[in-house]
Amino acid sequence: MPEFPQLRFLRPRLTRPIPGLDRTGVTAATTDLPVLLPPGDRLTQPAFMPPRIELKAWHGLVVAAVFMLSLGISDVYAQASGTRESLFTTFVRWVPFVLWGFVLNLVISFFAMAIGTVAGAALGLMQVSLLAPVRGGSWVVTQFFRNSPWLVLLFCIMLLLPFQITVFGVEFNIPDWMKATIGFSLPVMANISEVVRGAVRSIPSGQWESAESLAFSRRQTMWMIILPQCIKRMIPPWMNWYAILTMATPLASIMGVEEAVTHSQQAMAAEGSRPELLGPFYSFLLVIFFLYCYPIARWTISLERRFTVKI
Amino acid sequence: MLELIAPFFRTLYEKTGINFILFYDQYEYDRFIQAIWVSFELIVACLIFSTIVGIVGAWAQGARSKLLRLAMAGYIQLFRNTPPLVQILFFYFVLGNFTPSYDAGGFQQAYIGAFGWAVVSLSFFAGAFNVEIFRAGIEAVPTATREAAESLGYSRLKAYIYIILPLAFRVCLPSLNNNLVNLLKTTTLAYAIAVPEMMYTANQIWSDNVNVPEMMFVLFVYYIGLVGILVWMMNRWERKMKIPGYG
Repeated sequence: MPEFPQLRFLRPRLTRPIPGLDRTGVTAATTDLPVLLPPGDRLTQPAFMPPRIELKAWHGLVVAAVFMLSLGISDVYAQASGTRESLFTTFVRWVPFVLWGFVLNLVISFFAMAIGTVAGAALGLMQVSLLAPVRGGSWVVTQFFRNSPWLVLLFCIMLLLPFQITVFGVEFNIPDWMKATIGFSLPVMANISEVVRGAVRSIPSGQWESAESLAFSRRQTMWMIILPQCIKRMIPPWMNWYAILTMATPLASIMGVEEAVTHSQQAMAAEGSRPELLGPFYSFLLVIFFLYCYPIARWTISLERRFTVKI
Repeated sequence: MLELIAPFFRTLYEKTGINFILFYDQYEYDRFIQAIWVSFELIVACLIFSTIVGIVGAWAQGARSKLLRLAMAGYIQLFRNTPPLVQILFFYFVLGNFTPSYDAGGFQQAYIGAFGWAVVSLSFFAGAFNVEIFRAGIEAVPTATREAAESLGYSRLKAYIYIILPLAFRVCLPSLNNNLVNLLKTTTLAYAIAVPEMMYTANQIWSDNVNVPEMMFVLFVYYIGLVGILVWMMNRWERKMKIPGYG
């Protein structure tokens, strides 16, 4: 049979290298028996790794390009119309003001996430209750808040909650941003509830059965066996919801809460509503939110990858 | 229609003070019907365009050109990690400033109005998520199927249209369903650029008549009803498209 060099790779390799032996170069030993391969990268890694944030240069380039492009186009327009001050100086003057607004965005997102997580965990556990009315009621509440638009819920809380409450004769003013926080925590609560329910359901029933055979009560099983295993599974979706919540906080600007978008609009108004300012301000908002949310998204993906149970 | 329900709601208001003015006042009723149409058009347009963006984007993600792939990745990351509200404002105010306009009797009227920009920005926003969903579906199609199509002489585009996409579509319908529900809820953001859809009109009605709780009730019923209809339709479609033994 003639030898076809290009078909050489078709010949089956009956032998495979023995790890550890041929690598040192002492002997080029081979075997046709299946050998235990060295442990994968996963096993040699330490238990907790700092997040590997795969920010590549072009990610920043894309963001910067959008930003510079809008600034450049606006500047050309500004020079054409002969305005008094360079656009750049005007913009830079207002950057701290906008960033200060962004801090309020973060504060709202922290508090809304905290309230939403606590309430959502409770609601999620009610969804796996053995009592049918509790289960049904919490399901209805979850579906209601999960399927309503965030903006409608926010309007609802902002307009229907009193702006002043009296506790033991002392009047408290509720600031706008606090009401917005409550408004944001409702949809977060419903979605965290679904996350908790999904995580509890995803634990194999063998865990429940073995706990039962070890005479654990239902409460003990839940707290000591099921929930500790759930936490790990819930972290990636929880972080995902945090990012979604942070990106929803600008909605509060519609209600006049003094956060980043409101501050940008106030700054633009203070500069006489020059149309060429719109580009820099709105792109700046996009950039700061992107810089905050993108690392969270990457971290979530890497955690998700690590926590997946491979079948 | 209005003549049928008006007496009931008028009596309800007179007896209890629950003011569903949109169901007995001709002017508010017309506004409400108009809003239903606008928001329905907005939702349908966004659903269709975002799905198209998803399908085309998933195809572009697997393209041979590296530039195209990079552009797709940049688009997805940018739209997934920035607030949709700021995106809408950016599209409407910034890009809207630079698009051509025509003279409409004394003032400049842009070719793309608030409604157009809402459709564009929401479609791109949801499209960024759809691309990832479709990509996951395409990856779920076995390589053997792709190779079989190739060996039958299908080009990359033809194999994508006739072989891979129909199979991938079935895989990604559940997550597509989720994202479209999310898009439906996000269309309320068009409020920010004064598109006269449901949220905006409800706001106008309660500003004029000070009946916030009643209008809130109408809003909740409207949106949860729409979500229910969408989920029901998608589930029906999913069952209908199911290939026995596949997926």
